[in-house]
Amino acid sequence: MTMKEEVEVLRNIPLFAKLDTAKLKLLAFTSERLTFEAGQALFNQGDPGDAAYIMIEGEADVLVDTANGKVAVARLARNAIIGEIAILCDVPRTATVIAYTKLTTLRIDKETFFRLVTEFPQMAVEIMRELARRLDKTTEQLRQCMSRVGAASA
Amino acid sequence: MEIILQRFIFKYAPRETAAVCVLTIASLPFYYLSLDVPKNIFNQAILGKNIKFPTELFGASFSQVGYLFLLCVWFLLLVIINGGIKQYINTLKGRLGERLLRRLRFELIVRIMRFPLPHFRKVSAGELIPMITAEVEPLGGYMGDAFAQPLIQAGTLLTVVTFLFVQNPIMGLAAIALYPIQGYIIPKLQRRVNQLGKERVRAMRKVSERIGESVAGAQEIHTHGASGYERADFSERLGLVYRIRFEIFQRKSMVKFINNFLNQMAPLLFYSIGGYLVIHGDLTAGALAAALTANKDMSAPWKELLDYYQQTQDSKIKYEQVTEQFRPENMFPEELLSVAEGPAAPLDGPLAFANVSYSEDGHIKLLESISFTVKPGEKVAIVGRTGGGKEVLALLVARLAFPDGGKIMIGAKDFTTLHEHVIGARVGYVSHNAYLFSASVRDNLVYGLRQRPISPRQRDEAVERIRRGWHAESRRAGNLDLDIEADWVDYQAAGVAGPAELTQRLVEVLSAVDMEEDVFQLGLRGTIDPKARPDIAKAILQARAALQERLASDDMRNLVEPFHPERYNTNATLAENLLFGTPLGPAFDSDRLAENPDVLKVLDKVGLTDDLVKVGRQVAETMVEIFAGLPPGHEFFEQFSFISSDDLPEFQALLARTAKAGAEIGANDRRRLLTLPFKVIEARHRLGVIDEGLKTRVLEARRIFRDELSPDGRRAIEFFDPAAYNASGTLQDNILFGKVAYGQAKAVARVGGLIVELLDQLKLRSAVLEVGLEYQVGVAGARLPPGQRQKIAIARNLLKRPDVMIVNEATTVLDTQAQAAVTEGIFRECEGRILIWVLHQVALARRFDRVLVIADGRLAETGGSTELERPGTLFAELLAAA
Repeated sequence: MTMKEEVEVLRNIPLFAKLDTAKLKLLAFTSERLTFEAGQALFNQGDPGDAAYIMIEGEADVLVDTANGKVAVARLARNAIIGEIAILCDVPRTATVIAYTKLTTLRIDKETFFRLVTEFPQMAVEIMRELARRLDKTTEQLRQCMSRVGAASA
Repeated sequence: MEIILQRFIFKYAPRETAAVCVLTIASLPFYYLSLDVPKNIFNQAILGKNIKFPTELFGASFSQVGYLFLLCVWFLLLVIINGGIKQYINTLKGRLGERLLRRLRFELIVRIMRFPLPHFRKVSAGELIPMITAEVEPLGGYMGDAFAQPLIQAGTLLTVVTFLFVQNPIMGLAAIALYPIQGYIIPKLQRRVNQLGKERVRAMRKVSERIGESVAGAQEIHTHGASGYERADFSERLGLVYRIRFEIFQRKSMVKFINNFLNQMAPLLFYSIGGYLVIHGDLTAGALAAALTANKDMSAPWKELLDYYQQTQDSKIKYEQVTEQFRPENMFPEELLSVAEGPAAPLDGPLAFANVSYSEDGHIKLLESISFTVKPGEKVAIVGRTGGGKEVLALLVARLAFPDGGKIMIGAKDFTTLHEHVIGARVGYVSHNAYLFSASVRDNLVYGLRQRPISPRQRDEAVERIRRGWHAESRRAGNLDLDIEADWVDYQAAGVAGPAELTQRLVEVLSAVDMEEDVFQLGLRGTIDPKARPDIAKAILQARAALQERLASDDMRNLVEPFHPERYNTNATLAENLLFGTPLGPAFDSDRLAENPDVLKVLDKVGLTDDLVKVGRQVAETMVEIFAGLPPGHEFFEQFSFISSDDLPEFQALLARTAKAGAEIGANDRRRLLTLPFKVIEARHRLGVIDEGLKTRVLEARRIFRDELSPDGRRAIEFFDPAAYNASGTLQDNILFGKVAYGQAKAVARVGGLIVELLDQLKLRSAVLEVGLEYQVGVAGARLPPGQRQKIAIARNLLKRPDVMIVNEATTVLDTQAQAAVTEGIFRECEGRILIWVLHQVALARRFDRVLVIADGRLAETGGSTELERPGTLFAELLAAA
């Protein structure tokens, strides 16, 4: 796959959809394409967050450590972006991500990611929007949980 | 060291000086004769005065012409004798001066080694270095001349004056009439010049010191943007030097002027007094003319004498000002530095401090009546607040400082009078800022085993004879005559039989300080000369074959793309694919490949040039598109771009110029574009510009390049050969013989692990470690991280198996994990020996047999840690504070 094809993939990711081609090319060029075999971990919960991954091809499982061992909480597919929280907040990885199938990703390291964001505010806005969307979704889930708990205790 | 230069010269070269003086005096009669003979030639042989021809001489009869030639031959003989003596004297002087200079420098360097350690806080390398190198340099010339020059010139002068007096006493008197005045005025003027000379030396030294500081503090200068301040400071100091130097120049030339003026007065006296005498008939006109001529001969030696006088004053100041810097108080006694004759006897018995006190500069008391005893095998921790005296105590135990009261004994021996080679062999000390020398890891490790030459170096008899001559000269100059090329490593002291076993032991101590793995990695990144170490080269080729085999397995297949003579390597640059070898030197540097005639010839031959220009244009287009939006100088240019931010506008213009379809690209533009494709790594950059057709032709070019390369080019590259060791590549490159693939997760780590595994399987670990031991650590060990420097310094001490080992907060720069491992290693290696450890982390004291708590220069508490760890003790307080 060449950079041109990667750019097409990036264009389909909501986070980057509004960026012009030159910026997408820059993003692709400054990131590393990395292939994982099925079962190989991208990173483990608790690792220092050094990079974010954009999924180009394949699927991956998100696992969280619990008292009963690792529990899969989500399966990610093409166009997902992984690991951006750890590099944005400078916290250790909050989950483990393992390739479910053979997985092709674009790996953007932390430094590069921050330089891109500071250089192009447009990208920062998109990231904010994406995060807000997620927060909204989480809040909604929380509200449902709370009302369920309330209903149960009543 | 002598305070006065003249005394230094006379003390160390009395015979040579005397020889020069005697010869000088002996030469004067010949000089007198050489003045006399021309007069006789003129008066007797030519004018025939006071002589009748033929004349009888040596029992033979001479005609006037015969007599003339006889005198001429005699004159020639005198010239030859005079010249010969002068030449001989000059040789003697030269040797005398150079030998004394060598002695002086050596003495000064030895003195630095004898400086008490606190003195190094007051002097800087920036001050000391120019003193020994530059400042004393002119003394070499002067010292050879010191006694001879005044003798020669005064002798010559005296000869001329005598000659004048013999001609006519009044004229003689006239000739020297002004000398007393000159002798009075000139020293007066010189005195101020001397003062200024001293000031100049001081000012210049300050400049050297500040230069030293600005080198050492370069990082701070940049960090704080202080270059303006620094430059103003230098400007001020150089201004001072300028003013002093210019004033010296003016005054010196004033002295010369007055001197010349007074010299010119002499003829005036001749004209006036001589003229008066001639007019009154008391003197013939001829005699006056002769006196005038002779007077001219006086001016040269007189000028020389004056120069000598000025030079003497300069040298006197230089010598005094240099040597006074090398006379600090409390220098180590010279005897302690003597070189060992044989192995040092072990220091057995307890180390006992009795009422030891120590003060710095004779007044600041740092330690007071410290008494304690450490038995062999005991492990003692010293704790206390920073500045409370524990650091100084460590220095005393290491014998780096001397107590000014009390007694330190080890067994039955007085610790303070032990020779330094005994201390060096039997006592280990490592502080938190240990120093590494600019040499290999191995050299740094064995540094503590080099107290004396152990076995002589084997040489040819002819070479040996020359060396013996050199050593004899060393002795004459008061230098050390030991052979630096002998084997100085005391294998016995390290407990091994010879060099082969030593390597084994080096690895042992390295693993004791948790550094074996680091040195192994250094070895993998190191190079060897396969001719010097065919064994290692062969073993590495074995590892290469084994790796290829392993990589053939399914899960490893994609990790490495090996170099194959017939295949394009997508993980290597286009340049690497074309050259298929390691460039030696700049000729085939990837930045300059587009200018290399060998490369251009091949590209033209296979018709690649136009295609590569096209590829270059595509690359340029992409780069311009991607990077044009970034501000100039953005880090991304450096990190990712093929085109620097400075060159970007030029390439933009170039692309615009050549945008029209079918537009002819000019020669210059072609050259620029041609530089770009060479850097493309297909698998990494994913630009999609290198297609299969291009690859095939690059392979064709590779073959032709290899076959038809010019002899010059052949020397500038080492081709890859699957069956041969590549001397310019690292061990790892040689094992890998290919490129770690881009895009494979954790490929570098997995391949690295595989290589280590294979090397262990093939029992090649020690070979790689040997290469790692040859790693050059750089000035002050700068090519190693601080932790590794510290580990080597500790290992260096463990290697010599000291009877007393002192660790002075030496593990503080290590991370917690390494600290624990190193501590374990030191304890293991020091089993049965005295171990004294100044601790930064008080909690670690629990590991030790006994704890000494030092507070305000006194031994406040001592005992086992469990015993001391109770409320109310200082130890408990320190523990709580930590």
